[in-house]
Amino acid sequence: MSETAPTAAPVGTTAAILPEVPRLPDRLVDQLAFPHRETYHQMVGAFRDGGFELCADLCAVDYLTHPGRTLPEGVTPERFEVVVNLASLSMRQRVRIRVQVPESDPVVDSIVDVYAGADAMEREAFDLMGIVFSGHPDMTRILMPEDWEGHPLRKDYGVGRVPVQFKEAPGPR
Amino acid sequence: MSEHDGRDEVETGLEDTERAHREAEERAVFVAETSEGAQELMPRGTTSAGELRQEVGAVLRLPEGGYVDPGDIDIDRRDDQTMIINMGPQHPSTHGVLRLMLELDGETVLRTKPIIGYLHTGMEKTGEELTYVQGATNTTRMDYLSPLHNELVFSLATEALLGIELPPRAVWIRMLMAELNRMSSHLMWMATNGMDLGSTSMMIYGFREREMVLSFFEKTTGLRMNHNYIRPGGVAADLPDGWQDDVEVICETILARTYEYDELLTGQPIFRDRTEAVGNISAEEALALSVTGPILRSTGVPWDLRRTMPYLAYDKLDFDVIVGSYGDNFDRYSVRLNEIRESIRMVRQIAEMMPPGDYRVQDRKVTPPPRARIDESMEALIHHFKVFTEGFRVPEGEVYVAIESPRGELGCYMVSDGTSKPYRMHIRGPSFVNLQALPLLLRGGLMADAVAVISSVDPVMGEVDR
Repeated sequence: MSETAPTAAPVGTTAAILPEVPRLPDRLVDQLAFPHRETYHQMVGAFRDGGFELCADLCAVDYLTHPGRTLPEGVTPERFEVVVNLASLSMRQRVRIRVQVPESDPVVDSIVDVYAGADAMEREAFDLMGIVFSGHPDMTRILMPEDWEGHPLRKDYGVGRVPVQFKEAPGPR
Repeated sequence: MSEHDGRDEVETGLEDTERAHREAEERAVFVAETSEGAQELMPRGTTSAGELRQEVGAVLRLPEGGYVDPGDIDIDRRDDQTMIINMGPQHPSTHGVLRLMLELDGETVLRTKPIIGYLHTGMEKTGEELTYVQGATNTTRMDYLSPLHNELVFSLATEALLGIELPPRAVWIRMLMAELNRMSSHLMWMATNGMDLGSTSMMIYGFREREMVLSFFEKTTGLRMNHNYIRPGGVAADLPDGWQDDVEVICETILARTYEYDELLTGQPIFRDRTEAVGNISAEEALALSVTGPILRSTGVPWDLRRTMPYLAYDKLDFDVIVGSYGDNFDRYSVRLNEIRESIRMVRQIAEMMPPGDYRVQDRKVTPPPRARIDESMEALIHHFKVFTEGFRVPEGEVYVAIESPRGELGCYMVSDGTSKPYRMHIRGPSFVNLQALPLLLRGGLMADAVAVISSVDPVMGEVDR
């Protein structure tokens, strides 16, 4: 089962590349792919059809205070990055997709129609990082209260700015 | 501002901080979409087709161009025949502060929406403020029933970024503790699952056996839970003297007791009636929902990261991956019960093959020097001080590491910017993802079975909300 040849990059998408990633001695290096926002959904669909059955993880990273990260040529760094980890059970392989999302327009296509399991993870990324996933059927906060303001995992979120809220105490708003 | 000249400098410093804070506040983007819709379950009339599909648990992809009309789902149900009720967050059977909103028709569950976040403590944000040395104390509190797995995934991610290789004994101690922890976690699950089905004896037995494992943890790590035992660079301390005997007593007792559980539950007609063909899920549905762990294996998919993507030294152990065939409550029960036995098998092999040597990597930049060296060597004192005050620097990079926790794939995505604190530390909690299967598992079942189904998913709210 594990002897299957590694997947080639899906046709019609940004070529999957293998930059230098630190690795555990006994661990396969995950394949990395850097699609543009426009081709992201299509690429995820291609991976899904190419045998990656499981959407293992989806999260977002705010690179506000760490702009100089290593990216392959042709990829413009933006403030946010949506990171999707897919796993293939049949090939015993993982692939990590990193999409650049600009600060001015933090919107990216939802992949819920490809992987139903991305639902809660996209809601979490929206809740904590403020990335809007267009096409998600229920884009609401999942961990924070629904009337919360701001997105706590953003690097410019003022920790401690919102006082602890008690019922009937005069709130910040 | 101040009358004392001597305080001027301090005041200027404060003003600078305040200004920086103000600037950061002004910079903070409050986009309009922060006042989004309600999280609760709404009547059908006000729910969109997509949301409705999720709430009834229709998860598989439609054929190209397919379209779901809300009227197609349960076409004979109307809002005036159904009732939306709220269960939790303080319900005793939701394993913590899980809140479910259920749409019922009589006693039949039609739609479900899990509402979470009541235990959210911002651990991912906290993780960015703690050094790599301190980080394990934070992650260990996420899934409080398998704290060692949380520490393990954090340490593995850090070590992957550092690019260090561990001495074999550290690896095998980690494996021993992880497998013991899997036993204690599954025993705890057996206890609560028994309680949810009305078998209070099982609850007492499960807690009794779990306590044996926790006593061993206390002896080894100093604490019953939240150990901070597995740390980047190895483990905190070597195993105590006579650990082989302790472990053998645990294995022997628990293995014998699992056969008592068989008598108590497995063959018991009432238990089987309550669990068989309740809360079914197919392999395709489980995969589409990203469900992993015993729930996925109960559908017949042999996906266990210890076997399929081995970490530590699991490829050197002889064990079976337990799979079910129907994906119902009973299969999930059997998978977990047999995983306890497999863990016992593994623990015995580990105890036999435990290599001698060091229990942590001898790299002074990562692990503190032994206590005795501090009295003799200035260098050792400096290293000791540096490791605990500043922590160690981790090279730039990003890595995703996943391990098999008792609940499924536990992942850690870590980004380092070259300092001694993680730039971003994201934990993929298996309970968080597995909860998505609830609408599907509960749909069409009886309200009385809902409690058993929730229990069979084994959510740990500390990990769900993080």
